[in-house]
Amino acid sequence: MTEVTHPAIDRARAAPPWVSQLSWTWLGVVPFFVFALMFLIIPTALLAVGGFQDSHGHFTLRNIADLFSPSILSSYLISVKVSAVSAIGGSLIGFALAYVALSGGLPAWVRPTLLTFSGVASNFAGVPLAFAFLATLGRVGLVTVLLVKLFGFNIYSTGFNLLSFFGLTLTYMYFQIPLMVLIIAPAIDGLKREWREASANLGASAWEYWRFIALPILWPPMLGASLLLFANAFGAVATAYALTGSSLNIVTIMLFAQIRGDVLHNQNLGYALALGMIFMTGLSNAAYIWLRGRSERWLR
Amino acid sequence: MEAGTRFLEIDDLQKRFAQTTAVEHVQLDVTRGEFVSLLGPSGCGKTTTLRMIAGFELPSSGAIRLDGVDITRRPPNKRNVGMVFQSYALFPNMTVAQNVGFGLRVAKRPDAEIKQRVEEMLALIKLPTLGNRYPYQMSGGQQQRVALARALAIRPQVLLLDEPLSALDAKIRVALRNEIRSIQRTLGITTIYVTHDQEEALSLSDRIVVMNEGRVEQIGTPFEIYNFPRTPFVASFVGTLNILRGRVVDSAGGRIMVDDQEIVAAHGLEQARAGDPCSVALRPEVVSLGETGGNGNRMRGTVEDVNFLGSIVRIRVRFKNNAISLDTFNNPRLSPPRQGQSLTVNFPREAVLVLEPPSAG
Amino acid sequence: MAALTRGRLGSWLIILLGAVYFFVPLIGTFEFSLRYIRGRYSLEAYRIVLADPRFSATLTYSTVLAVATIAVGVVLVVPTAYWIQLRLPRLRPVVEFITLLPLVIPAIVIVFGYLRLYNSNSVLPLTGTERTTDLLLMFSYVTLALPYMYRAVATGLRTIDVHTLTEAAQSLGAGWPIILLRVILPNVRVAVLSGAFLTFAIVIGEFTMASLLDRPAFGPYLQLMGANRAYEPSALAVISFAITWACMGLIQAFTRGAPGQVAGAR
Repeated sequence: MTEVTHPAIDRARAAPPWVSQLSWTWLGVVPFFVFALMFLIIPTALLAVGGFQDSHGHFTLRNIADLFSPSILSSYLISVKVSAVSAIGGSLIGFALAYVALSGGLPAWVRPTLLTFSGVASNFAGVPLAFAFLATLGRVGLVTVLLVKLFGFNIYSTGFNLLSFFGLTLTYMYFQIPLMVLIIAPAIDGLKREWREASANLGASAWEYWRFIALPILWPPMLGASLLLFANAFGAVATAYALTGSSLNIVTIMLFAQIRGDVLHNQNLGYALALGMIFMTGLSNAAYIWLRGRSERWLR
Repeated sequence: MEAGTRFLEIDDLQKRFAQTTAVEHVQLDVTRGEFVSLLGPSGCGKTTTLRMIAGFELPSSGAIRLDGVDITRRPPNKRNVGMVFQSYALFPNMTVAQNVGFGLRVAKRPDAEIKQRVEEMLALIKLPTLGNRYPYQMSGGQQQRVALARALAIRPQVLLLDEPLSALDAKIRVALRNEIRSIQRTLGITTIYVTHDQEEALSLSDRIVVMNEGRVEQIGTPFEIYNFPRTPFVASFVGTLNILRGRVVDSAGGRIMVDDQEIVAAHGLEQARAGDPCSVALRPEVVSLGETGGNGNRMRGTVEDVNFLGSIVRIRVRFKNNAISLDTFNNPRLSPPRQGQSLTVNFPREAVLVLEPPSAG
Repeated sequence: MAALTRGRLGSWLIILLGAVYFFVPLIGTFEFSLRYIRGRYSLEAYRIVLADPRFSATLTYSTVLAVATIAVGVVLVVPTAYWIQLRLPRLRPVVEFITLLPLVIPAIVIVFGYLRLYNSNSVLPLTGTERTTDLLLMFSYVTLALPYMYRAVATGLRTIDVHTLTEAAQSLGAGWPIILLRVILPNVRVAVLSGAFLTFAIVIGEFTMASLLDRPAFGPYLQLMGANRAYEPSALAVISFAITWACMGLIQAFTRGAPGQVAGAR
């Protein structure tokens, strides 16, 4: 019996079966990868590389060092503060709202209403949100005026100013709180009612239930959600631009000015600035993913 | 039941939700160490009753007394009853040992005592090496045993089980239910067991409470419930039944006409009138093949279906509009009847359970 | 009992405070927008805004761009998600990671990268002319919308049996274009619609990229009004909010209550 041979068959036998399959099916996702490379990966990578270069294109760590100069460092610090405060405030209040609506013994319509409003409110950000808060808490805003008319109390006399760190943080909370509600809702839903009942059945009080069961289960997703909120606020620029303009020098405002008009007089420093931003948001998201993996392990 | 042996008293318990009454006039006295099942279809109120004993629902009226003490309004964390949930409800962030020891930890018992009690409980459920596992690393059957150990660790006065086996595979169910019963007997703990599976209730219980639509239909031992059902619901819910429909011929003599054949019911027709539509029930095991001497009932029909199930041969015999199933043991020397073959079946008069017209009492 | 009602009272209090914080700015904005004429409430600010030629010009510009973004997004995402589910499940983690990158990398950084890569000195000088810059802006919007579009479509595809439908269509003689257009797309219509409305909301409200690429979009127009006028910005904010609400409402109507998604300018 002669064995049939043919160069094509030999070739096919030589390579693993999935190679030939892949070479044609890859074609289907080429447009996506081309798009991703052109409009996501390469632009960002180029920025990152540019941060490590000087104006002649040579490798240098100068720009990274310059990030720690007083003015830029203080800019990062303000960004971190605004993001952290709005993240912590947003996550605590958002959690309270979500918990109360999802398992607080309230009527059934509260839950879908809260989730719907959160979906809408979390998208009401940027320039219109700044306008809304100016119209409400600005010097002639509705609340400001009402408080003067009803209580004779002018909040601006206490040194409060909407166009400040505190004002920006308060405005950021408007989309941070609903975002928290949306992110943490599944985790709260995952708290089975039977765990509460079982713990009571075994003699635990409400406080002991929280201490031994609910909080240990909830803190990883809560912390993770706070990190998401932090990254979200850190990368925000439109709201700040419309509200505080360049008076509050957060990193994104500085970067905006740099892109517009090279205020730093050093292109590569601008790239380093962007690199620093990616580092902060990337780290937060990585930590979020790690925490989510940790908590999901138990709840399989 | 004399006053001294009443351990758990459920006294005319009622629970109303907005539009519906979930539980009505439930009256039950349980003796110490007794295993009582609450049996019924979904929505019959058995779980609500159990949850009232546990303290998760507040009765609208009535009382619950444990060892003489009224616990009706006590919060659930102060009742000293142990509950096993259908979904196991093990705390996912704690190991098996931590789960089992939770109740003792909350009671602030010393660590050494907790450690020893946990070991004892794990040995009882035959999982002594799984103390450091997390719930997600264990099978359903293992999780349920841990849930049982957790409930028993606090030495409760009553053990409550809410359909603990429904979420498990059939094979594990049988093994685990026997294990539960043997643990219960060893510890002598008073137990209330909720289930919709009548086979489970029959095999495990000292007494069964059959419930339907919030009310108690019958309370009795498995033998009583099965052989002497007091209402049509109990008769049809517990065990399998053959039902024959016909008309009353003569109420004094208990004669009924079914598909042009006459049979006699020993009792149950006292209140009926001649001509009333009538339905009776027969347990499959009371029906035999062939003629019989004496004054037993006889009916002639044709074999509609024969199912060879191994040790049992299930034969379905059709009369005109009615049909009955009967089981006979496999006999290698006797081949089963063929489809279409005509044969006679017989059953005693006392075995005829009259379902309709309903008799008083 | 007492503990229960006390707990419930606290719950209602929290909800009430949340509602106040949510609604007061909306009411304040609306009230402010009515103040154009001193002494009485009127819709004068709205009249001025709606009559402003720049309002309709920029809104039209952004709307056209939004529709283009949706079209390109669908053409990009649906075949990719389909192909991944059907033939290349091993690549799914890679693709999902890529689709999540726009959520991690801030929009301002992305557009900075575009300006560097596509400026007049580069190989592909997309910022050279207005039309090509419009193209670049559209692609940037597709990038912004990518996470939501992809997640919506991938979820939608998971609910239908992609393999069996494809095999059935193939056995009836259909080629790939027909399969995608006539078999797959209609079955993920709801997912695509929800992604589309979200994209619309994102594009209409977007400021950063449009501003830095210097295009006459709605976002920069809003900001310009805010810098120069007193009452018109509030009217614009109310209009903007109404558009966002309409988009979200349409999403809810089509998906019937799936949890909301977050997108858009910050």
